[in-house]
Amino acid sequence: MTTLSDRQAIGRDLVRREGGLKVTGTAPYADDAEVDSPVFCRLLLSPTARGRVTGIEVPEVPGLLTVLRAGSAEKLTSTGDDELAVLQDTSIAFRGQIIGAVIAETSEAAREAARLARVACTEEPQDTAFSPDRDDLYKPEKVNAGYPTDTAQGDLDAAMRTADVTVERTYTTATYHNNPMEPHSTTALWDGENLLLWESTQGVHPVRETVTEVFGLAPERVRVVSPHVGGGFGSKGAAHANVIVAAMAARALPGRPVRLALTRREMFSLVGYRTRTVMRTRLASSADGVLSGVGMDVVAPTSKVTEFAEQAGVPTRMMYAAPHRATSHRLAALDVPVPTWMRAPGECPGMFGNEVAMDELAEELGVDPIELRVRNEPAVDPASGKPYSSRGLVACLRSGAERFGWSGRRRHRVGDWLVGTGVASSVYPAFRMPHSTAHLRYADGRYVVSIGAADLGTGTWTALAQIAADGLGVPVELVEARIGDTDQPYASVAGGSSGISTWGSAIVEAARAFREKHGTEPPDGAEATGEIGSNPAQGQYAMYAFGAQFAEVHVHADTGEIRVPRLFGMFAAGRIVNPRTARSQLIGGMTMGLSMALHETSVLDPRFGHVVTQDFADYHVATCADAYRVEADWIDEHDRHVNPMGTKGIGEIGIVGTAAAIVNAAHHATGARIRDLPLTLDKLLPHLP
Amino acid sequence: METDVTLRVDGAEHDLRIEPRTTLLDALRERVGNTSPKRGCDHGQCGSCTVLVGGRRVLSCLTLAVRCHLAEVTTARGLGQSGPHPVQQAFLDHDGFQCGFCTPGQICSAVGMLSEFSQGHPSHASADVAAEPDLTESEVAERMSGNLCRCGAYANIVPALLDVAGGS
Repeated sequence: MTTLSDRQAIGRDLVRREGGLKVTGTAPYADDAEVDSPVFCRLLLSPTARGRVTGIEVPEVPGLLTVLRAGSAEKLTSTGDDELAVLQDTSIAFRGQIIGAVIAETSEAAREAARLARVACTEEPQDTAFSPDRDDLYKPEKVNAGYPTDTAQGDLDAAMRTADVTVERTYTTATYHNNPMEPHSTTALWDGENLLLWESTQGVHPVRETVTEVFGLAPERVRVVSPHVGGGFGSKGAAHANVIVAAMAARALPGRPVRLALTRREMFSLVGYRTRTVMRTRLASSADGVLSGVGMDVVAPTSKVTEFAEQAGVPTRMMYAAPHRATSHRLAALDVPVPTWMRAPGECPGMFGNEVAMDELAEELGVDPIELRVRNEPAVDPASGKPYSSRGLVACLRSGAERFGWSGRRRHRVGDWLVGTGVASSVYPAFRMPHSTAHLRYADGRYVVSIGAADLGTGTWTALAQIAADGLGVPVELVEARIGDTDQPYASVAGGSSGISTWGSAIVEAARAFREKHGTEPPDGAEATGEIGSNPAQGQYAMYAFGAQFAEVHVHADTGEIRVPRLFGMFAAGRIVNPRTARSQLIGGMTMGLSMALHETSVLDPRFGHVVTQDFADYHVATCADAYRVEADWIDEHDRHVNPMGTKGIGEIGIVGTAAAIVNAAHHATGARIRDLPLTLDKLLPHLP
Repeated sequence: METDVTLRVDGAEHDLRIEPRTTLLDALRERVGNTSPKRGCDHGQCGSCTVLVGGRRVLSCLTLAVRCHLAEVTTARGLGQSGPHPVQQAFLDHDGFQCGFCTPGQICSAVGMLSEFSQGHPSHASADVAAEPDLTESEVAERMSGNLCRCGAYANIVPALLDVAGGS
């Protein structure tokens, strides 16, 4: 593989290039797209979880232009994906489903028309209550990211029977809504032949693929533009029904740009979420802390509309050595909105169960939790038998412990506060997507690299210029990256922490081709393109980023109030392209992990058929006062197998293990073991001294 | 029913004919064409739409435009009109943002917060509400907690603002 040996730009600490636009609010997001005389679209959502729409009456509000209705809207060419087959018939499959839309000259008129709309529907019995004890659980064909549903090696049951010490516990995670700060938004313009979408998305090319298929349009007739994205965390990874409705609305009013920005409330039913997981975790150990068996059996809900199986059992397959291992996933299909990716699907909930169980085992054995993990470090990937391309877990645990001040940890009390510390491991696969293309052009002494990639706050604008600079062997100041437009070459989705690894590989290839074709003194207008396929080393090595997270937790002895005054993460995630933005991504993931540990939960009321926590007053995310002392660092890791840059991806690993570290620290502080997230004071109170 | 309103936005006057129900956020984004304030929730729960009215931070999604007639409205765009405002520069220096969507609101909120602090306003984090407050980490964090950041930049925002306060 080509490697970048002489790095000048990669590793440099740079201010993000679009920063000036962002601090003034002049970076254009999808709903900010400058268009002439936009009209405004508001959605009508189903008031019941199952049934049929029998009528929609919208009064003649001044400024109302048109109404789209379930059953009578434009017929879509492809309805293969039920989530996107919006308004095609009158059936209702979940509460909060799109059953109509109003389009008006002003946002006030659109809102008024939607408010006054009268929806009539029949109601049928709904099934929305999840329980792991349901008798209709089923085994999905595979789980998210294409992993096998169940795995087994050796005989875990026998290992559990013969082990000196066992831990068998059930851990549960809550329902989480991604809630990027920017609501999913579209500005859509149909000129009669061509569709132009300003979209908030993690991938302009994947959105174009979806839209062309759904509407039966040729790819060259659809352009998707998304230079800045106000966060996504997975919910903007694929087009949801709102994008299709925005396009339908535009096609109903040719020549008029249509704005459709979801309300915060609508985001709770339309753009996905992370499902609850119930994880039965099993550990079998010798008296000196060597694991003979590990197991994880996951039960989760999904939607009847489209299946999504959160692969929470997957990290258990590879995390620690043990000859006997078993994992499984079972689902309950319900009349609920469609789940999707949320930051580190699989690893995030899975490593909560895994890492709290390891803490319980360490306690049972009287072994230091870090030492227990070190004792079970595998020589090769236990799941595949392949060697690791690099595995920095022990280094993260050891150096992280030193930085955090782990040794000599003791439960103590400061005034009214019970103080404890906790640790957990982090892991996330080093993915590279199989296809991306980058284009390089030289003019006026400067290089422009174009690729239809995305910056969700990830620092892509800057990092891709850094990679191109090293690929070309020129100062980064001479390179400009252009991203976020389907007029640029194909880029894979910003998902699975694969963005920089995938797009960067294409850029390195484009730079190589450029130098091969034009040498070091290119003429004005010189161009080259680089395209990548799959990484051949993917089949030879197990490739993962690792980390160790440390938390200090204070619990108020009288009220049970929980504070996290210190959170520290140490990561081994390959080469870091831009330390400034990388640190932000890592502490951002950890902050979301803290939020998951202490605050977030979407509460479903089965009578209502949907979550009742539909805004930031009810669905709590961490605020500044909750999480202002979060620190992250990394060890210098050189992995020549992953890709030419040596990057492993850092967007997701920060959230993996955080909740376990916090719950373990709360246990250390109080002696109470809470296995059900979020960790709230009502759960701790009965156990306090 | 519409009414005439003059908004002074970032130093420029805009004569608008708007409905009384139009919020300041909608007026700015859809009539004035200033999309610097963002709509994160439209319910006053996230702070993304924060602007300064007469130097005080307000949630523009909960403010009717008609009550801002002739008032000085400042957005993050206006704060940066002649080069980055010290708060904006501190956000750049400390990487106090990622996706940037909540950032214009954070910036306006921070400017308003620092002004409240300089006037001696206490916060929930102040041990003695009658005493002159110290701008500690916890004071800044408490006073900025009306502005949600889902990317999790709080740990950068707090030192950024302590820097600004220390330097002023």
